[in-house]
Amino acid sequence: MPEKKIVLRNCGVINPKDITTYLDRDGFKALEKALVKLTSEQVIEEVKASGLRGRGGAGFPCGLKWEFARKAPGDEKYVIGNADEGEVGTFKDRYILENDPFTLIEAMAIAGYAIGAKQGYIYLRAEYHYLLDPLEKAISQARKKGFLKHFDIEIRQGAGAYVCGEETALMDSIEGRRGEVRYRPPFPPTKGLWGKPTIINNVETLMNIPQIILNGAGWFSQMGTEKSKGTKVFSVSGDVGKPGVYELVLGSRLKELVEDLALAEKVRVVQVGGATGRIIPYAMIDTPLSFETILGAGAVTVFDESRDIIDIVYRTMEFLAEESCGKCTPCREGTEAMVEILERFRQGKGSEKEIAVLEELASTMSSASLCGLGQAAPIPVMDSLEHFRDDYDNRIQQS
Amino acid sequence: MSKTGEGISAQSQEDRDLLVLLEKAQSRFSYLSQEAIAELAASLGLSISEVYGVATFYSFLSTKPQGRNVIRICKSLPCLLKDAQTIIESVEKAIGIKPGETTPDGKFSFELTNCIGACDKAPAMMINNDVHRDLTPKKIAQILKGYE
Repeated sequence: MPEKKIVLRNCGVINPKDITTYLDRDGFKALEKALVKLTSEQVIEEVKASGLRGRGGAGFPCGLKWEFARKAPGDEKYVIGNADEGEVGTFKDRYILENDPFTLIEAMAIAGYAIGAKQGYIYLRAEYHYLLDPLEKAISQARKKGFLKHFDIEIRQGAGAYVCGEETALMDSIEGRRGEVRYRPPFPPTKGLWGKPTIINNVETLMNIPQIILNGAGWFSQMGTEKSKGTKVFSVSGDVGKPGVYELVLGSRLKELVEDLALAEKVRVVQVGGATGRIIPYAMIDTPLSFETILGAGAVTVFDESRDIIDIVYRTMEFLAEESCGKCTPCREGTEAMVEILERFRQGKGSEKEIAVLEELASTMSSASLCGLGQAAPIPVMDSLEHFRDDYDNRIQQS
Repeated sequence: MSKTGEGISAQSQEDRDLLVLLEKAQSRFSYLSQEAIAELAASLGLSISEVYGVATFYSFLSTKPQGRNVIRICKSLPCLLKDAQTIIESVEKAIGIKPGETTPDGKFSFELTNCIGACDKAPAMMINNDVHRDLTPKKIAQILKGYE
């Protein structure tokens, strides 16, 4: 399937410092259409009918989330644009914010109208501090042009914590606390930021909204697979000739992205979805990229035949152990225990028994952790055990 | 109000966001001292442990004195694949300290950090809020010269 630019349609085309170049590309026409021609309910119906799902990794239906927040009782509601892009190997939101901040602003204003919110926040990761000034200038231009009369946007900065990309940890962080995950229910659309109904969407999810409102749900839902509509933006890095950001229709094959576009050669394994993503051996390179198969937030890290699988999994687990918020035991202790075991395998001092321990830990972590970090942390271990068992067996200490 | 706390405490209802205040205090004093933490806690009506808990949760906040410039080299997989290790070694050699340390003259603190979202231009590092991409050992000396 071909490359198709919906999310990235303005990137490299408009001047991100000049709102008039955005207006020349139908900028803020979708907001105008929503405000003048559509009721809030109709906006939500359109988003629901489009089949748009969350692009941050979890894939929750966007319109449904909006509907929950719309129907939740309360006058004070919030919209959050999640720009805490921390997944290892992901840089698509950075690219979007650098090249087209206006579409995000317009999308958030539409979301505010849809759910009945007057205030929005963009939560920007600390590592992207250099984007703060250009983003603020973009918001201020939109304000001056009168596009933010019914709804305003403030930027809040993170301070370095991967887990704050998780929706409830992010809200705790905006509220000025440790970014620890909340127990759910209640879910954010009924009780979110400061206890008020809140929708939180990934930057890329929001980028689809103006085009859906302008062109209709039918146009959008023609693209993709049965359960994965539209496109996905992928961040490709590692052992490739052309690292970068690529937008493909959902259902496109991993091979097309990695070999045809990013020019990878002699691929051994591809990590799709970053630290909490899947480990895909080259034999499965024809797998389609979709919510039904593999996707995550679209981080695609390519490893060639010279790379050591155990080392990849060890580094991944080391990252997760560092970034675990520490609130729940399965994640806090499980990731640490896995790091210790993987370290022994890395040094050729593993044991058969410890493979069983890894499997047992994985089962507890995936079922009992509070959030996606702990639930998905064992995936790289289990995937690598499934596809690269020999690599583990070769590192069992021979006494 | 003491010298450390001046201007960093909450002034109004709108300005009671702890994380924002901690970020402001850190950018002003380069780190969050025990005194600053205690003062913020008192002005917000929070316990010291709560403020300390937030200050130590985030990797960009520091409760220890830091150098005037903080170097953070990315140690996540996409950068490691592009020889981040040689960049780490080049910086160690250039400023004579290991990750986790600060130079005796207080010019640089040196840390390793997780993915900074510059994987398409790996290896990469941050110095303060600047991102330096496509690094090679040769580039290091020139980049470091740009910081006082």
